[in-house]
Amino acid sequence: MASVGHRQYELVYILPPDTTEQQVADVHDQLAAVVSRMNGAIEKTENWGRKKLAYEIAHHKEGVYVVDVINGGGELMKEVDRRLRVMDQVIRHMIVRVDQEKKVVERTRSKRQAESERRRVKRGLPPVRQPGEGRPIDLDDMDDDHFEQAEG
Amino acid sequence: MAFGHSRTGGRGKGDKKSGDKAQGQRRTLFRRRKVCKFCADKIDDINYKDVKLIGPFVPERGKVLPRRISGTCAMHQRKLQTAIKRARQIALIPYVTD
Repeated sequence: MASVGHRQYELVYILPPDTTEQQVADVHDQLAAVVSRMNGAIEKTENWGRKKLAYEIAHHKEGVYVVDVINGGGELMKEVDRRLRVMDQVIRHMIVRVDQEKKVVERTRSKRQAESERRRVKRGLPPVRQPGEGRPIDLDDMDDDHFEQAEG
Repeated sequence: MAFGHSRTGGRGKGDKKSGDKAQGQRRTLFRRRKVCKFCADKIDDINYKDVKLIGPFVPERGKVLPRRISGTCAMHQRKLQTAIKRARQIALIPYVTD
């Protein structure tokens, strides 16, 4: 079990479409101040820029998306959540804890890798797939994402 | 009376003649076997930010596509469900469309 200070969270927040670069930076600085004061760290920040919203939020049809990955404890995120609620510029935000899920993903991936290597060695093949081996990728099958029945 | 002779009520091998059933019913549609997309493509992480991945599982109405149609396995359907719900919260996917 990870100690409280070593959790990782993802924060997504949406600003109105007419926000300037400067305003985006301002909001980010405010958050960074809170995070650093409570012994957290912003690992990375992604700005998705203007995106169309799937539904209207506060009469806006578009929004500026910003994603932060924050390392810190639950108390910190509680405070961040409270701050975001108060901020007028932020029209929507969401905080998701990601460290546990990431670990699970990592584990299943490495498990599968180990299993496939084990099998390949058993069959007398090199542990990693060689280029040009096996069936070529069927391009027709690549994005076959429609289902036979729409809704039933 | 011999029992072995005319097996009218039995469930024996030769009981159903496969020919006349297929003629009477028009429902000889070929149905493709459904496979879980995430298992087949070895996608471990169903992330709420990946609209391209989740998109096909949210039909026009905005509902979650049921497992019986998509063929997703139980584990991945669960993960897909949380991903869709999160994506809805941040307006990447609609709650409803009409």
